[in-house]
Amino acid sequence: MGPAADEGLARRLRALACTAPLHDLDVRKANLAGEYSVYGMAEVALAAIDLVTLNMDFDTGADHDQIVARLIPRIAAQAPRRPVAEHERVARWVLENLINVGSVDRGFRAVYGTFAPDGSYVRRDYDFKLLEEVPGYGGSVYLRTTDEAVNVLVGALDTDVTSAQIAAEVKLEVLISRGRLADAQLAAEQARYRTVQYSETLRRALDATRRNVRAVDWLQAVPDMIAEALDHVADRYRHENAILTNIRKARDESEDPEHKRRAAELVDIVKDCIRRHTQLQSRLLEAGPLFRAEQDRQAFATPMTTSGIDLYGHLVAPVLPLPVEQALRVTDAFFARGTGLRTPVSVRVGDLVDILLTPPLEREHLGAEMPEPDLIATPDDSRFSEEQLAAAMELLDLPADAPRRLSGLLDDARRQDPELPYLVALLAVHAASPPVGTAHRQGEEKLLFSVDDGVELDDSEFGGADLIVGTATLRLEHR
Amino acid sequence: MSEHVEWSEPEAAVVPASSAVTPADAADAARLVAFGLQPKLQPARDQEYAELLRRYREDPAFARLADAVAAGLGLVVLEVSPRAGMAVTAAEDSVFAVRMGDYARRASADSGDRFLHGLAHLAVAAMAFPRPEDLADDGYIGRVSVHGVDAFVRQACRRLEERADEQGANTDPATDAPGLEAAWRIWARRSATGATKDARRLAGSTTGIVGKAVAFLTDSGFLQRTGDDAGGTYRTTARYQLQVRDMAGSAAMAELLELGIVPVTDGTASLLPAEDTDDLDLVADAGLPFHS
Repeated sequence: MGPAADEGLARRLRALACTAPLHDLDVRKANLAGEYSVYGMAEVALAAIDLVTLNMDFDTGADHDQIVARLIPRIAAQAPRRPVAEHERVARWVLENLINVGSVDRGFRAVYGTFAPDGSYVRRDYDFKLLEEVPGYGGSVYLRTTDEAVNVLVGALDTDVTSAQIAAEVKLEVLISRGRLADAQLAAEQARYRTVQYSETLRRALDATRRNVRAVDWLQAVPDMIAEALDHVADRYRHENAILTNIRKARDESEDPEHKRRAAELVDIVKDCIRRHTQLQSRLLEAGPLFRAEQDRQAFATPMTTSGIDLYGHLVAPVLPLPVEQALRVTDAFFARGTGLRTPVSVRVGDLVDILLTPPLEREHLGAEMPEPDLIATPDDSRFSEEQLAAAMELLDLPADAPRRLSGLLDDARRQDPELPYLVALLAVHAASPPVGTAHRQGEEKLLFSVDDGVELDDSEFGGADLIVGTATLRLEHR
Repeated sequence: MSEHVEWSEPEAAVVPASSAVTPADAADAARLVAFGLQPKLQPARDQEYAELLRRYREDPAFARLADAVAAGLGLVVLEVSPRAGMAVTAAEDSVFAVRMGDYARRASADSGDRFLHGLAHLAVAAMAFPRPEDLADDGYIGRVSVHGVDAFVRQACRRLEERADEQGANTDPATDAPGLEAAWRIWARRSATGATKDARRLAGSTTGIVGKAVAFLTDSGFLQRTGDDAGGTYRTTARYQLQVRDMAGSAAMAELLELGIVPVTDGTASLLPAEDTDDLDLVADAGLPFHS
């Protein structure tokens, strides 16, 4: 067998290895505590990989809990009578196994054999991951599908397993063929991805400039890139504002709730795009001044005797390709002399005896005693007393068929208490637009109302309309 | 401003005939060394420390006495100055030396982990002092972040992987000889991060390993934490520069030369920016503005 055929065999063996963890799930489900044979674990696993692939944002990844939540309906369909807690347990178990949480690398290893050029047979380890965890903003952890998983498990088996380019294409193709993204959305997301890419490139160029101004081509490449990026921002800004106007219209005019939801989603995406473009633009404008400042600091400083050691060029770069046995000697030497010192802890026997014989500190179960709060009675500054309110309510407790004029009520009130008319007037005005719906919902049987029929109020203290105040009976209709 | 100690000088010369050393002088010299053993203590913040430093620099007899005390304890004096204080570090086999087995328990059993911890320290130093000039310039303050160190090592690994692919080499290691696996593969296949039950950094991930390294260096008075971005950002201290320049860098170089590897560079910095992150979704069609 020729070396080319052998290479093809090795490639297919690797592709085959990527499916092993899925088969393994169905084999191992029998070992779980409980009766889990009803669940199709390989199916759940493939669904999980699809979900992570579809939910991967271009710059972060898919959220762990979100994937679990979206997996549950499928798992529930497999065993509808089982409790939801069990469904969630299955989802988490599958996800953890796809990450392979138990192993220190959080990945898988398969062994395969090839013939070396000299004809000898060599067994080799193939390390791969299906789902990997990547750091997100603020210390959070996101999930991503690896290229291997996308190529083998989302795409087809006959592909080059480690090609990032093919993985990206398959992913987009799958997104489109499954109708998950409208064309406009795709275009907007691609533009956003391009913007993210520009920001990333710029950030890296600036980081590198801060470290070594000569590592970056500030004569042509970076100014070209900045000009290109500014054009991109201007172009997208025009486009996306146009898109935004159009989809907003579509969102507001559409009758179909599904279309409305889609459009609303798209509005959010486009808004995010615009935000990112603006961010990129402000960073682009800061790039020039930063370069000039770093150039002053680095290039025009007086040259000095160098120590002769370029840590990256002399140490890191040569060490990485070495076999780990040899590399270890270099890193060990660096570690032994590069970590500084630690003062050893020394213990005297006398102290030890004291420490061991000291009775443990009794902790009060209830904690420290709370101080008695010092309460100060606040003066009652209400305008009207409870008695006055009761009197007013009694006065306004009118029969449903006999409404009265406010003027009459005020006269009655004034006879009881000179303050009372104010409260009655207040309650009457408040009843002008009574909350019928609320009262009905709360099961009230009657409701105070007041109506203005145009008659002027003739009173010594009050002015305005002489309202008709009455009680309406609310009838609950039972269907 | 650095004053390196002449080690060839015999310790007997510490007691010159003219001025007798009193026990009080010995106590002061020992106290200065004791200050040096507290690497986070800054001379500017402690009057007694500053006073003893001044005496070291002005009184040669006292200086030799302090050096002798340090040497007797198994310490190497790197520099004595107002900025770095009494910068001492542990000599080989000294009781003050840090041992890998105490540093990380897994590392003593697993050579892969041992390598990752060592490489993390080397990478932090390379990121902190990217140019040879930075290591030589006493006024230079380096800045590192945990995610930055991981990304830059991953990038270097990715380049090696691409180069191996171009040459059509099969880098999968032979099963029965794990020691022959290329070193970069160990870092590349370890996950960058991982979810844990208590929302702490996964200790075995590469960011966990780098995080441990920078935390340890902070405790050694070599780094100062400046912020929480990108997994934690740090700046270097004068002591770290001395330690890397005078101790660690040359020791690692000597080991590399012994392996028969002579790195050849033209004296310009070789640390280049990452051309592509490990973010696999970034399709490589954007013109990247860097020299290769």
